[in-house]
Amino acid sequence: MDTLIAWILRAIPFGTIIMYGALGETLTQKSGNLNLGVPGIMYLGGFAGFASAYLYENTAANPSAFVTVVLALCCAFAASVIGGMIYSFLTITLRANQNVTGLALTTFGMGVANFFGVYILDGRTATQTMIYKTFQTKIPGLSAMGVPGQLIFGYGFMVYAAIVLAVILHIFLTRTRTGLNLRAVGENPATADASGINVTRYKYAATCIGAGISGLGGLYYVLDYNQGIWATTGQIEALGWLAVALVIFTTWKPLSAIWGSYLFGILYWLYQFLPTLMGFSVPGYVTDLIQMVPYVVTIAVLIITSLRKKRENQPPASLGLAYFREER
Amino acid sequence: MEYAIELRHITKTFGRVVANHNVSLAVRQGEILSLLGENGSGKTTLMNMISGIYYPDSGEIFVKGKPAEIRSPKDAYALGIGMVHQHFKLIDVFTAVENIALVLDKHEKYDLKAIKARARAICDKYAFDIDLDQKVYEMSVSQKQTLEIVKMLYRGAEILILDEPTAVLTPQETDKLFAVLRNMRADGKSIIIITHKLHEVLSISDRVSILRKGEYAGTVDTDMATEASLTELMVGKKVELNIERPEPVNRHLRLSVHNLSVTNAEGVRVLNNISFEAFSGEILGIAGISGNGQKELLEAIAGLQNVDPDSSVVYFPDDDRDSTAEQLIGKTPKSIRDMGVHLSFVPEDRLGMGLVGSMSMVDNMMLKSYGNGHSIFADRKAPRHLAEEIKESLGVVTPSINTPVSRLSGGNVQKVLVGREIADAPSVLMTAYAVRGLDINTSYTIYHLLNEQKQKGVAIIYVGEDLDVLVDLCDRILVLCDGHNNGIVDGRTTTKEELGLLMTALQENKGGAAR
Repeated sequence: MDTLIAWILRAIPFGTIIMYGALGETLTQKSGNLNLGVPGIMYLGGFAGFASAYLYENTAANPSAFVTVVLALCCAFAASVIGGMIYSFLTITLRANQNVTGLALTTFGMGVANFFGVYILDGRTATQTMIYKTFQTKIPGLSAMGVPGQLIFGYGFMVYAAIVLAVILHIFLTRTRTGLNLRAVGENPATADASGINVTRYKYAATCIGAGISGLGGLYYVLDYNQGIWATTGQIEALGWLAVALVIFTTWKPLSAIWGSYLFGILYWLYQFLPTLMGFSVPGYVTDLIQMVPYVVTIAVLIITSLRKKRENQPPASLGLAYFREER
Repeated sequence: MEYAIELRHITKTFGRVVANHNVSLAVRQGEILSLLGENGSGKTTLMNMISGIYYPDSGEIFVKGKPAEIRSPKDAYALGIGMVHQHFKLIDVFTAVENIALVLDKHEKYDLKAIKARARAICDKYAFDIDLDQKVYEMSVSQKQTLEIVKMLYRGAEILILDEPTAVLTPQETDKLFAVLRNMRADGKSIIIITHKLHEVLSISDRVSILRKGEYAGTVDTDMATEASLTELMVGKKVELNIERPEPVNRHLRLSVHNLSVTNAEGVRVLNNISFEAFSGEILGIAGISGNGQKELLEAIAGLQNVDPDSSVVYFPDDDRDSTAEQLIGKTPKSIRDMGVHLSFVPEDRLGMGLVGSMSMVDNMMLKSYGNGHSIFADRKAPRHLAEEIKESLGVVTPSINTPVSRLSGGNVQKVLVGREIADAPSVLMTAYAVRGLDINTSYTIYHLLNEQKQKGVAIIYVGEDLDVLVDLCDRILVLCDGHNNGIVDGRTTTKEELGLLMTALQENKGGAAR
């Protein structure tokens, strides 16, 4: 029982990281842009959030927790939006190939974050901020109410923010005119254009805001999940790819991202908890194999949705394609 | 008199190709104007400028007497202009109502129920027949078109442009569409309809404006017009209406198809025990209502289609019937080629199966010749030569042989494709809807090319839809009906009526009694 609880307590924060990544990417892909730069963007967001908090705490005479949190959120969002803008400019304005641009952005984001990370680390192996405590603050009172309280209320505020964001995104995409227009852009930009929708503006906005949301996943990883420690590692990259896989797994539905991300979290930690739970041990080299399970599940979903051929579960029809009005 | 919309001296060019040159025309309120012209005469381009897809290089547009600046489809909507494109601008995964909601003004409340109610009212007013909750991907072509028109009317379109609306409709659906258009005209809407079909022009429109090679050729009242007078205005010179049909020479068996059956992925038998023979120096027509197995028949012969067991297609290289006959079934196009069988195929889907749209004429020529020679580098000289030759001899209108073929008009694309296929000196030439969407002059060029090949001793299989052409061009005509060989008739003695009957009514002894 304890193992199970520990498993869930591990899976939900893990899921939250990729939920942010996936929600942002869903928004982006709904506009027809396949941004494979999610890992890079999460790096940018994570680093910008960390660095701003770290520098503020180390320079201000009397740093306030509230200001630090807002600053970190804003900086993470802004840095990720810049990543999204680079991608948008290249793919929408210059009509560069989306896959190549996305992969380049991943490399770029990783490089920038790690380069300035070395500067911040300044010879140390890891650096810590103070505000991780604010990020990790559990809901007072409720989280102390036994196991259910711990399981439901025992996380930092960004876990709940992610759920709220998923619901908002769902309502936005299905119930609002702007959401309808955005989906139209991703399905058939020529039609959207002929309907008087500004395709370029929608693509830019969705991609940049989507990148901003994805970047929050990086912020959450560094300042909560990783307890405010910056260390130059490749961990965020793996999480970024998982986020992209999650978008496919959820068949582009934000609401499914809530349970989907937690499921991914459970599957990801399968290697540590399942053997304990079942009472057998697994050699180290097998754990990497087990960590692949989320990807395997994603492939299974792809196969199933492809076989069922339900149009609603297919990716946006023009995903990955640049739009040029006068092309015939 | 005030016009609903008036164009003055409009010019638009793409690269070095002039799509419209100094075009002026006007539409009155409450009238149906037909816009007539050959393929590539600039009709669609002109209409795209009214609907804001393109912007004219020079010239002015007046809407209700006031100068209008139409820079985007949004501007067009604001001026009450709506266009139904040939390729529908609909989102497949959306319902009809959602598609209508897409075009709404920002300040109108987003309430799908209210939108549906208003759309229903419009449908009732003009007698449109459509389910507003249906997803577009579940709709038939005619329903999609209806939705497009409802969409435009919902947005308050006063001027409606229809780009070849009847091309995709059955005669019954066309009648329904025309009835709706007449209702709209009675309601004071102005309608511009682009079409090739002269009898439709005469039956639906009040006036006809004609474009010729991108230039305005005149406007006539429909009452005063006849098919002959319109054709003359359209082509600019008298077109020889008789297609020549030389007598077959050196006729011998080339292709023997026996018991050919094809079952498609859905388990439907689309071809049923088709048997026929094709002879060299002869054009064998294949008639039938579209979708009765023509595509599968040609693809089966070309090695592109899986066929049922016991199907047989035997190829005879020369008069000697038995010695070198080759079975083509079960072989890929490449192995058929390697056997020395020159089978040329001009498919229906020109830019999908026939040519690669984003590649130039030269590269498209190379698609057939890249395997020639022994060098590790492909020979580019020969295809370049061939491309030049085709451009010259067939009069392909293109800025250069290095321009992607998708930028050419439909007729020019077809010239490139047919030119390439006959350059190969085929022994069997199969064409599917070779003249579909082509203007009269280009069509004649194609007929002429086919006759040339025929006289060279090629066995030609010509899948066509225009019965007049089939009767005039072909030596024998096989009629497909519901995947059956419904009879083979002599092109010289048959009548359109006979063909029409064979196409629509399945005979008892299907299997081709008449050889």
